[in-house]
Parts: sequence; structure tokens; C-alpha cells
Amino acid sequence: MPSINVNGEKRDYSGDSAMPLLWFLRDELNLTGTKYGCGAGVCGACTVHVDGVAVRSCQTTAAEVTGKSVTTIEGLDGNGEHPVQKAWREVNVPQCGFCQAGQIMQAASLLAKNKAPTDDQIVEEMSGNICRCGCYQRIHDAVRLAAGGV
Amino acid sequence: MLQYFETEARTARQVQGTIENVSRRTVLGGVLATSSFVVALRVSTANAREALTPYPTGAAGMPHTVVADPNVFIAIAPDGAVTIVTHRAEMGTGIRTSLPMVIADEMEADWSRVRIVQAEGDEPKYGNQDTDGSRSMRHFIQPMRQCGAAMRHMLENAAAVTWGVEPALCRAKNHQVILLDGTKKPSGKSLSFGELAKAAMAQPVPPQDKLLYKTAAEFTLIGKGSTKIADLHDITTGKAVYGADIRLPGMKFAVMARPAVLGGKVKAHDAAKALKVPGVEAVHELEGVHKVPRGFGILGGIAVIANSTYAAMAGRDALDIEWENGPNASYESVAFDKEMTATAAQPGKVIRNQGDPDAAFTKAKQVFSADYHAQHIVPAAMEPLVAVARVADGKADIWAPVQSPYGARKDLAEALKIPIENVTVHVTLLGGGFGRKSKWDFMVEAALISQKLGGTPVLLQWTREDDLRHAFYHTVSVERIEVAIDDKDKVTGWRHRTVAPSIISTFKEDTGYSFPIEYGMGFVNTPFEIANVRCENGKAMAHTRIGWYRSVSTIPHVFAVQSAVCEVADQLGRDPKDFLLELIGSDRRLDPKALGFPDDFWNFGDPYEAFPIDTARLKNVIRIAADKAGWGKKIPARQGLGIAAHCAWSSYVATVVHVEVGNDGKISVPEVTTAIDCGLYVNPERIRSQMEGAAVMGMSNTVYSGITFKNGAVEQSNYTDFTVARMSNYPKKVTTHIVDAPPGTHSGGVGEPAVAPFSGALCNAIYAATKKRLRRLPTGDIVT
Ligand code: FES
Ligand code: FES
Repeated sequence: MPSINVNGEKRDYSGDSAMPLLWFLRDELNLTGTKYGCGAGVCGACTVHVDGVAVRSCQTTAAEVTGKSVTTIEGLDGNGEHPVQKAWREVNVPQCGFCQAGQIMQAASLLAKNKAPTDDQIVEEMSGNICRCGCYQRIHDAVRLAAGGV
Repeated sequence: MLQYFETEARTARQVQGTIENVSRRTVLGGVLATSSFVVALRVSTANAREALTPYPTGAAGMPHTVVADPNVFIAIAPDGAVTIVTHRAEMGTGIRTSLPMVIADEMEADWSRVRIVQAEGDEPKYGNQDTDGSRSMRHFIQPMRQCGAAMRHMLENAAAVTWGVEPALCRAKNHQVILLDGTKKPSGKSLSFGELAKAAMAQPVPPQDKLLYKTAAEFTLIGKGSTKIADLHDITTGKAVYGADIRLPGMKFAVMARPAVLGGKVKAHDAAKALKVPGVEAVHELEGVHKVPRGFGILGGIAVIANSTYAAMAGRDALDIEWENGPNASYESVAFDKEMTATAAQPGKVIRNQGDPDAAFTKAKQVFSADYHAQHIVPAAMEPLVAVARVADGKADIWAPVQSPYGARKDLAEALKIPIENVTVHVTLLGGGFGRKSKWDFMVEAALISQKLGGTPVLLQWTREDDLRHAFYHTVSVERIEVAIDDKDKVTGWRHRTVAPSIISTFKEDTGYSFPIEYGMGFVNTPFEIANVRCENGKAMAHTRIGWYRSVSTIPHVFAVQSAVCEVADQLGRDPKDFLLELIGSDRRLDPKALGFPDDFWNFGDPYEAFPIDTARLKNVIRIAADKAGWGKKIPARQGLGIAAHCAWSSYVATVVHVEVGNDGKISVPEVTTAIDCGLYVNPERIRSQMEGAAVMGMSNTVYSGITFKNGAVEQSNYTDFTVARMSNYPKKVTTHIVDAPPGTHSGGVGEPAVAPFSGALCNAIYAATKKRLRRLPTGDIVT
């Protein structure tokens, strides 16, 4: 049976091979921190890491990540103390909060590959993640703040 | 807004909240920034506390008004933990934190020991729960202060009994009651809230006229800048529970196919292929509500039930459905805009008349006139609509991100044909609401599906496409403004014609005309000192469901009015800010009668005497925003500043937008300066986040977002073609100035007032930068 490593645990996968990872995580593993916002790869609410890199879980099939390592917001840090999460709380980023798991995963992926991103690089990396509440100013500030601590 | 539509008395029921989100929170010291709004009748110097005279609010006109019983909202455990119930829905404004802050401050509770419990839909118990209309703080700061003050008295009274002294010698402070000696100094003796819990809660509740409240100087939370939202840790760790995060044993997942055109019906359908999709377990037809007005009646269609959301979606794709569209299939946006423009050119129904506008226009030396257009918008909150329902054994439990849980409960009971006592509505966090989640059609759908399944719990997920195509749409509009100017360049006449399908068409037979709530949103109450004013309404029938979207009709009205002011200023060679201040005129409280406001003038639901329109407060925010933005400073070519302001939801907002238009025409906004006077305010940190969010939403409304119809159906499908501001282009730096209101000023709204001025301010700024006047929303992000 194909298996996926999710947040450090081996999870067997037996369903439709075309099922997006998003629904495998949410409906089969009950990891509901990863959100559905558009299903079309254009909002970023469903962002998770595959082998440490941000991907849209609504556009990635469960089959595609067989044998790979998936990290969701629940697994980013055991205590919720990842520098990005801490920065998010310090800056009081969220309003409704719905987009924030995706934003945080995107930002953590950016900082993992680029410890000191420029403002333009932050904008480029984060522009795929919509926040309808309009927290962009604080998201930008929080990424900058976290960059000091990653 | 719902008070207009709901007048039926509802049955009482006592339920205890079951969804508890216990969160970590911290309080840091903050800058003192408060204003007192109350008249002190008697001041007890020993306690630095004061009696308050209650003032009337619009809550009196809402179903179930307010409840101010501490035993409903507060419980103290023997270990000292204080549980505070919040009965308003959290959709990003921070109200789930801010109302409990009011109670905690007033009762002297230590915020770090407060846990917050979300109330179920139960208005007889909690008071009105329609979380919309920027009303939560406006309507509930008084009852919440009353609850907190009463509980503080009850703690002090319980301590007095224990010690056998006068209550006046017992003083609650920071989670304990201190015994004072004969000189009113601390005696060294104290009892913790935990020790007093049982006795305090058994005390009789003192009536409001016997209560003493904390003075503004004694507030520790109200007006301070550093209280973090209750759900902050859960949100950043993925633990916060939104609608789709509810999991019940045996729960199935469903999606629905609905008619593309309002009033459409399923003519025939074949589910054979859908039922062959792996994971699909059942297909059911739901009958739509086709009697007009539709209210929040469901659209009807075909539900596909499966063992995952994905399988349900795949099943829906495999359905064969033949639809019958009905009369709205002719709705077409381009033609409709032309029709509305023609209507706006003709005299309409007179809603406000002051002086003799016809004479003013006849005598005018110059006349300015322009039409301002705006498309439909959908709220498009990041969390698409979703509800979880379990309807079994004559009982229904529904979990949903809903702004109006009690209204939903009543309709659910009717749709399910079970008594309201047997329906429980659990309110989850809302992943944004913006008005759409006041309308509970999605909850009724979920409940009917569970009922059809014989009681199997079901999660009904709306896709993003469903959300855009089956919304209650922010109205489409044409606003015509005409201004008469005499030979001394003085404005002598103002005519505003609004043409827009009305929200009321959703609730009453459509006459094509608007209703008082829409008129009251920056149309009849434009606060200009002009002698001759006429406001007219042209007819426009609705061909889709019209609903309220954050800031509602202030968006088109204020866009038109504030654009026109800037255009006339330019025509007269005047500075737009100075000209705006001059039009507003002298410091005064508007006299609705003298100004010819309609008899049924709607003042955002609030009684006018307690919440008058005060031009001094409006001018104050304009001056502050302009000063802080450096109005008049020299700025580079192709950059410009624009200003707009209004009074709405009993608050005053002015916004200055600084725009930069690239050589390629690309619009970007480096800076926004907003000043808000919202009376006595509670959580400045959340007010700032609302101002920042309002600027982003204003940017979306102005530049990006529009919904158009063709053959009666929405043309857009997802965030690909219904676009919103992203980090690639948003107002980069929003600076908020929270203005201290004059003493005696009541709390106003915060969620909505800052959105509408952005559109006018941005288009005025674009004009300053390029001499191009944009009168159609959305403008697109390139000025051509
Ligand atoms: S849900 Fe995957 S990008 Fe929107
Ligand atoms: S916080 Fe609400 S969508 Fe981002």
C-alpha cells in the first residue's frame, strides 16, 4: 500500500490516486488546519510543505507525494514555536485567521530557502496567498521579523 | 440590518454553549488612550467609580434587543477561572475578544484567567445575535459593562457578608476583593475571586441604577493597545475550528449543483454516472424555494453525498442535469448598465428635498454633472460557505460559520418541520463573513440533506465557484450627481440620483426602488451645507439575489459623492480637501427635519438624538488625516493624494490615499492615512487591523473586483477572474489615527465605516496624479 510521511508519521494511502492531497489530509487524516479556499491553486489557503517546500495541496495528488514527506501547519513545530508562528503572534497578523495556515507555511518555506529575503522577494513569494481580510501589511512585517530569527 | 426583516417573536430556550475555544492570551501594558462617554451622576471618591445614565441605541429595534444579566454571561469557578460567554460571531473583527474585554475590565478580572465560550444561537437568552451592521460594540458595550459591574458588586457583596462588614469597605481589584479599613486603606485582608465564586454567584443581581462603573482612568483593558485576540495561538497552529473543521462520527461529505440562473429549476436529471464515481454514496434532489420574495430560501438542485469532499465534487461533475432557467435568463450586465444610466438621466422618486433645487439649477452659472458606475461584488470570504448538520430523532444540530445563528435556527425549524426547541445552532469561527454568512441558506441545505439521509451527519461544502455564482450580490449601480454653482463660484444646488436594484427585493415584492436602510447610507444624509438639495431614486428591478456586503450602499454612494466633490473643486480651481471642508460648512449637528430628510430616515438603526451627525467630528477626522498624510506636500510626477470622508455606522472616517501611477499606467498605493472617530473605543489594536483590512478591501472594490452576468448567470468562476488585492499590489502602508472623541460620545461601529471612503480617495488621487477621472468600478489596475 502506498504511504506518505505526514508530520513525521507514516500514513497509508488507499484511495483514488487522483485525490488532491488537501482532501486526503482533511477528510481522511482529519488534519483540518490546512484549508480549502479555491481548489484551483490560486489562493494559497491549502499550502503545505512537501520535502520542506511550499506546494498547493489542492493541486498535488496524494499519489504524487507517495514516499515523500508532507508537513502541515499542525506539524510545523510541535509547540507552535516556529519563528514564523512566533512572529505572526508578535505582529498580531490574523483577522479571521482562515488564510493564515497557508500564509505561515508559505513564509516558512521562503525563509527555509532564503534567510534574508528582500521586500521584493517577500512580495513575490507571498503573492499567491490571498487574505480577503487584508492582513498583507502585517504578513509582510511578520515575515521580515521572522527572517531575523530563522 | 436584519431588524428590518424580522419582527416575529421567537420561543425562548435555555441552552448551554458547547463549543468552547479555550485560548491563551496575554496582556501587556499599553498606552493610555481612552475617552469617557458617560455622564457622572454621583461619583464615589473611595472607589473612583461613577454611576452611568443609560443611553438608547438601535439595539432596542433589534429582535430580542439586549440581555445584561451577569449570570448569563459570566461564571466564576472555585479555582478562580472566569468564563465569559460571547454571543456575537467572530469573523475577523476581534469581537470575540473585545466584548469579553469589556466585561473583564469592568468586573476587575485578570484577563489571563479569562476563558471565552461561544454562545449557541439563542437570542431570548443572550439578546440579539445578528453579527452585522457594525453593531456589536455599538449595541453591547453598555450591557456588557453592566454585566461586569454587577458581577463586581456581587463579589464585593459576598466578601462583605464573609467579613461581616459594609460592602463599601470591600473593593474588587485584579481578581481579588480587598478589605479596606476605616480610612479606606487596604487592611491587608483579601479574598480571591475563586474563594468568593460560589457566594458571589448566589448574590442577587443589583439593578442597573444601583451600579457604579469604573471611570475611564481606571480601565485596564478598555482603550488599551495590547490585548491579543483570544484565538491567536490556535490560528497560528492550525487548531482554530472553522465550519469545515467539525468532525462527527460517521459524517459524510456533500456538494450541490444549483441553478445558474435565479429561479432556475431542475427539469430532469440522471444520477447514474455520478453514483458510479468511487466514494459517492447517494444523490438527492432538493426542492428550491421559488415563491417570491425568496428571503434566504434555498435555490434547490441536486446534492451528491460521498465519503470525501473530493468524491462528492467528482460525483457532481458526473451529474447529467437539464435546467429550466426562467425569466431571469435575460439578465445581462452591459445592457443593464445602459438601462440604469438612462434611468439616472431622468427625474426619479424624490426621497429628500430641501429648498428649491430646480430654481438653483435654472439660475446656476455652471452645472456639473457626472455618472458613477459600479458592478456587483461578492463577499468572497476566504472560507467558502459550509455547514455540518445532524438531523435525527426529531432533533437537529447544525454547526456553521454563521453571522445570524438565531435567525438561522428559526428557518431551520421551519424547513425541517420540527419545533425550534429541538434545533441547536453551534457557531464556529468564521473564516470571514462580510455579510454573506448572515444568510443561512447553506445551513438549511445541509440540514435537509441530513434529514433525507435519515439522520446521517453531513458536511455540506460550497466550492469557491458556488460561492461566486450563488451569492447574495452587492448591488450594481449608477449614481448621478449634479451640482449647481452660482456666479460667485458657490455651490447652490445638489442633486443625487441613485439607481440600483435593492436588497429589499430579497424580502419583499420588488418595486424597483430602494428602502430606508440604503437611503441612509450616504445618500440622503450627505452632510453638506448647501441650500437646495434633492435626492432621487430611479427604478431598477433585481434579477439576482441582492444582499448586503461589508459597507453596503455606502460604497457606491460615497464613491460618487466624494468623487464629485473633488471634480467640482477641480472645476473651480480649489483644493479638494479645503473644498470638502467648505461644503460640510459650519460646526453643527444636522437637523434631519430642517434638511428635508425623509420621515423614515434610517440613522444606521440608532436613535438620532443619541447618535446625531456632527459636522465638527467629521471635519476633525478630515483635518487629522490630511495633516498626518502631509496634504499639500510636494510629491513626484505621476503620484497624487486623494481624500474622502464620511459619517457612517455612527463613526467618522477620513482617508487619504497616496497613489503612484507608473509610466505603464499601473496603479499602486504606497500609503494610506486613515483617521477614525468611533467614540468610546475598546480595542485599538483591532481597530487598526480593521482599518488596514478596510484599505485592502477598498483596493479590491475599486480596482479589481466585479461580478457580471450574461444570460442570467454569473460570468466569473474563481479568484482567477473575480480578482482581489494580493500582496503584489495592496495599500503598502496604512497608518491609522484613532481620534479621541469628545467626552460623552457613544461607541460607534468599526468594521464597515472605513471601506467606502477608499474608493473615492483612490480615484481622486489617480486624478491628481494623471488628470484622468475614473468613474467606473472596478477600474482595473491600469490607467489608460
Ligand atoms: S485551495 Fe489550494 S490554492 Fe486555493
Ligand atoms: S485573516 Fe481572514 S482571510 Fe486572511
